[in-house]
Amino acid sequence: MSGASLAADAAPGWGRAPLPRARVLRAWPLFPLLLFTAAFFLYPVLQILWLSLVDQAGSFTLANFSRALTTPVYARTLGITLKISAWTTVFSLLAGYPVAYLLATARPRTRDWLTLLVLMPFWTSFLVRTFAWMILLGRNGAVNKLLLALGVVDAPVSLIFNMTGVMIGMVHAMMPLGVVAMLAVMQRVDRTLVAAARTLGAGAGNAFWRIFFRLSLPGVASAGLLVFVSSLGFFITPALLGGRQQTMISQVIISIIQEVMDWRFASALAVLLLAASTVIFVLYDRLVGLSSLSGGAASERTARRPGPMARASARVGAWMTGALGTLCDAAGAIWDLAARSDPSRPGRAVGRAVLGTVCGCVIAFLVLPSLFVIPVSFTSGTFIEFPPKGFSLRWYDLFFSSPDWVAATVRSFITAVLTGVSATLLGTAAAFVLVRQRVPARGLLLAVILAPLVLPRIIIAVGLFYLYARIGLVGTILGLVIGHTILAVPYVVITVMAVLKTYDERLDQAAWSMGASRWRTLVHITLPQIKGGLIAGFLFAFITSFDELTIALFITGGGTATLPRRIWDDLLLQVNPTLAAVSTVVLVFVTVFIISAEILRRRSAAS
Amino acid sequence: MTPAIAAKLALRGVGKSYGPVTALADATLDMAEGEFLTLLGPSGSGKSTLLMIVAGLTQPTSGEVWIDGRLSTYAPPNKRDIGMVFQNYALFPHLTIGENIAFPLRMRRVASVAIAAEVRRVLEMVQLPHVAERMPTELSGGQQQRIALARCMVYRPSIILMDEPLGALDRQLRDRMQLEIKHLHRRLGITVLYVTHDQEEALAMSDRICLMRDGRIEQIGTPEDLYFRPRTAFVADFVGESNIIAGTVAACGEAGVLHAAGGLEVRASIGPGIEAGHPVKLVLRPENLRLLHPGQEADNTAEGTLTETVFGGGVYRHYVTIPGELTLAVKQFTDRGRPAPALGASVRLGWSREHTVVLPHTELH
Repeated sequence: MSGASLAADAAPGWGRAPLPRARVLRAWPLFPLLLFTAAFFLYPVLQILWLSLVDQAGSFTLANFSRALTTPVYARTLGITLKISAWTTVFSLLAGYPVAYLLATARPRTRDWLTLLVLMPFWTSFLVRTFAWMILLGRNGAVNKLLLALGVVDAPVSLIFNMTGVMIGMVHAMMPLGVVAMLAVMQRVDRTLVAAARTLGAGAGNAFWRIFFRLSLPGVASAGLLVFVSSLGFFITPALLGGRQQTMISQVIISIIQEVMDWRFASALAVLLLAASTVIFVLYDRLVGLSSLSGGAASERTARRPGPMARASARVGAWMTGALGTLCDAAGAIWDLAARSDPSRPGRAVGRAVLGTVCGCVIAFLVLPSLFVIPVSFTSGTFIEFPPKGFSLRWYDLFFSSPDWVAATVRSFITAVLTGVSATLLGTAAAFVLVRQRVPARGLLLAVILAPLVLPRIIIAVGLFYLYARIGLVGTILGLVIGHTILAVPYVVITVMAVLKTYDERLDQAAWSMGASRWRTLVHITLPQIKGGLIAGFLFAFITSFDELTIALFITGGGTATLPRRIWDDLLLQVNPTLAAVSTVVLVFVTVFIISAEILRRRSAAS
Repeated sequence: MTPAIAAKLALRGVGKSYGPVTALADATLDMAEGEFLTLLGPSGSGKSTLLMIVAGLTQPTSGEVWIDGRLSTYAPPNKRDIGMVFQNYALFPHLTIGENIAFPLRMRRVASVAIAAEVRRVLEMVQLPHVAERMPTELSGGQQQRIALARCMVYRPSIILMDEPLGALDRQLRDRMQLEIKHLHRRLGITVLYVTHDQEEALAMSDRICLMRDGRIEQIGTPEDLYFRPRTAFVADFVGESNIIAGTVAACGEAGVLHAAGGLEVRASIGPGIEAGHPVKLVLRPENLRLLHPGQEADNTAEGTLTETVFGGGVYRHYVTIPGELTLAVKQFTDRGRPAPALGASVRLGWSREHTVVLPHTELH
C-alpha cells in the first residue's frame, strides 16, 4: 500500500492519541456518587465540625469541648462508652475467633451455609433482636425461668437494665461483623503453611499458634477495629437493655438534640466520637495497615519493612504465640500419653470436636434468640411472656388494622425501595470506574465512599438533620432516601466491585471487536452477567434502609415515622405483644430478602 | 505382628477412599536408603494422595506406612522425621529467611548457637549466603525454591518429600533446578520421594519411577524400564512418545508374526503368555522408525504417504499415513544438507524386530 492511500484511508482524528484530560472525563460515571457523597456526607460532617468550634457570634471557641470533657456527667458517659466498646470488642473477638476459624477451615458448602447463619443476625433488624433479648432476659424472662427450673439459682437474676444486659446485646449485635472481618483474612492464609509447619516438626499447637494464628492477626485487628468503632456509636442496645449507669454517648447526643436543641454542644460530642474513631483508625494503620481492611493481602504488608512500633509488638507477639504453641503441644503430649495414642491406629480428632462444640454454642447464641419473638407473637394473653398463653392472631390483627402501623410500614417500604434504586444506580456506576479505570487518588475516593460504613451513624444523622432543618427536608421521604442512600451505597459499591473484579473483560473486548458500541456492550453483554451482583447490592441497600433507625430518629416522628421509628417509640414506652407480631413480620420478611440476596450474590460470584 | 522392615520407606497395601470414591488403592512399594523415587502420573492418579499419606497430612483408610523400620501409619507429621518441599514453597511470610530455616530446628529444641551455625551452613549449601535477614517475598521464585530446600535439609530428615516443587518455575529455571536437586541428592545421599506429572522431569531425575493411574500403581521401575519395557499401553503412551497400533497374533515365540491395522504384517519377538489369535497392542517409538532409501531393507517395512512434517530444530517429526486409516509419527534428525521429503511423497518406513514392543490387549482404553 502506498503512503498516499494510507493518508487517505485514515479517518480524521483516529491517528492521534486522545488528549490527557479525556481520561478524567472518562471517569464521569463516578461523578454523581462523588457529588452526592460530598453534598450529603462530607458537607454535613464538616458542618458539625465547624459548629462545634464556633460560638453563636461565629468566633472560634473550645468551650463546647471543655464542657464535654469537664462536666462529670459527660466525661463519665465518654468513659462508659469507651469501656462498653472495649469489652464488647474483647468478647466478640474471643467468641468470634473460633467461629471464624471453623468457617475458614470448613468445606466450601458447609462454610457457605454457616456463614449465612452467622450473618443472618447481622442483617436482621437490630431492634427486633434487642426486643428478643428483652423477652429473654427479663425478670420473668425465658432465661430466668430456665435457670430456676434447673435449680441453678433460687431467685431470678437481674440480667437486664445493667451491664450484663448491655454486654449480651452488644456482643450479639457486633460479633458477626468481627467474624466476617476475621474470616476474610483467615481465608487468605495459605493452609499449606500449616501443613509445612507440621512436616517441619511442629505439633498441632505450635503450627496453629506460631503460623496460622500469627498470620490471622491482621484479621483479628481489623475485626477489633470494626467492632470497637461500631460500638462507639451504638445506642439501641444500651438504651433498651442497659440502666442509667450504661448510658452511652450517642444517647446523650440524641437527648441533647431532641430535648434542648443545643446544636453546638451536640456537635462537639459527635466530633469527640469522630475523633475517637479516627484515633483508632490511625493506630490501626500504624500497627496493621489499613489495606488489610479492604482486603489487601497480609503478605503485601509483611514485605514492607516494619516500623519500630510494629517490630516491638511483633516481637512480643512472636514470643506469646510461641509460648502458647509450646504449651498446647505439651498439653497434647500429656493427652496422648494419657489416651495411649498408637501410631498404628487412626487418632480421634479431639480438637475438632471441641471446636465444633464451642462454635455450635456461639452460633446458637447468635441465631436462636431472635426466634423467640415468633411464639410470643401468637399469645392470647395481654402481656409479653414466655412460654406464651394459648394461641391467637389478635396481635397480628391489631398490627394490620392499625392505620399508624400500616402507614409506618408502607413508608418504610417505599423509602427502602427508593433507597435501593438510587444506591444501586450511584454505586454501580462508581464501581465500574473504580474497578476498570486508573483513577487518581483511588484509595482516598474509595475511603470516602466507604466511610459511612464504619463511621458512627449518629454523626451523619446529626449532620443531615442540621442540613435538612435549613433546606426543609425534615420529615420527608426524600430526606430519608438521601440519608439512607449514603449509608447503603458502600454495600452496593463493595458487592458490585467484587463481581466486576471476577468479570472477564475480554468478553467486552470481544463484543467491541465484533462491532458493538460501548453502550450496547454494557446492556447486552456486561449487565446480564453481573445482574446477580446488582440485585444483591439492591437487596442489601433495601435492608439497610428498611432497618435504619438513627437518621429516622432525627428527621421523622409522629405522622412521618418509619417502621423502625414506631417500634423504637413503643419499645421505650411500653412493651406489648403487638411488637412481637411486628417483629415476626419484619423477621420473616428480612430473612427471605437476605437469603435471596445471598443466593444471588453467590450465583453471580460463581459464574 | 508384621516383621520389622528394613527399607527406608515401605508401603503395604495403602489405600484411601472418600466415601464411594477411591483416591488410592492398594499401594505397595519399598524405597531404599539414598534412593530418588518419583511418583509420576496425570492429575487424579493418586500420586499426591500417596505423598500426603507418607507425610502424615492425610490418613489412609487401609494399609500400613513404615518409615525407617517404624510403623507410622497414623503418626502425626511432626513425629515422622520427614521433610517436605511444597509446590508453592510454603515459606512462612511473617518470618525472615533465617527464621524460616531455623523453624524446624527450634521445634526440635536445638540450642540457638547451633541453630545460627546450621542456618549459615545450609544457606551456603544452596548458594544464597546473604539472604538470612530478608523476607520471603523479597526473593525470586527460584531463590524461594532453594530456601524451601534448605529449610528441609537443615534438620537432615530421614526422607524428603517433594510435591511438584518445580511446577511454578519457568522452563529454563526448571531445568537448572532439576540439575541442582540432582546434585544435592547425589552429594548428600538423601532419600527423596518426588511427585510430578511431567514425564521428562521424572525421566531426568529419578533412580526409579512409580507410574500411577486412577489411584493404582501401573508400573515401578527404572526410567529405562518404563521407557523401553513398558508393561501397558498406558505406560508406553505416558512416558515418551509412542505409536500404538492394534493387532492380532499370527505366530508366537521369538520369531513371532502379527497382523496389525493398516494391513501390516509385523515381525516381533512375542513374550510368554500371549498366544496365537490374541488381540495385542504394538508400541513403536517414533525415533525407532526410519525413512528407508530405495533398496534399503529392514525387519519390518510399511509404505505410505508423507502427510505432514513438523520442523523442531534438532529433529523432524514426520506423519506418514499408511493406506487403511493408520498414521505413524516418525522422528528423524535434521541435517542441513538433506532437506525433508516433500509433502505428499510416497515413503517407505522401516523398523527392527527388537524395537517392536508387543503388549497384551487387556485394557478397555
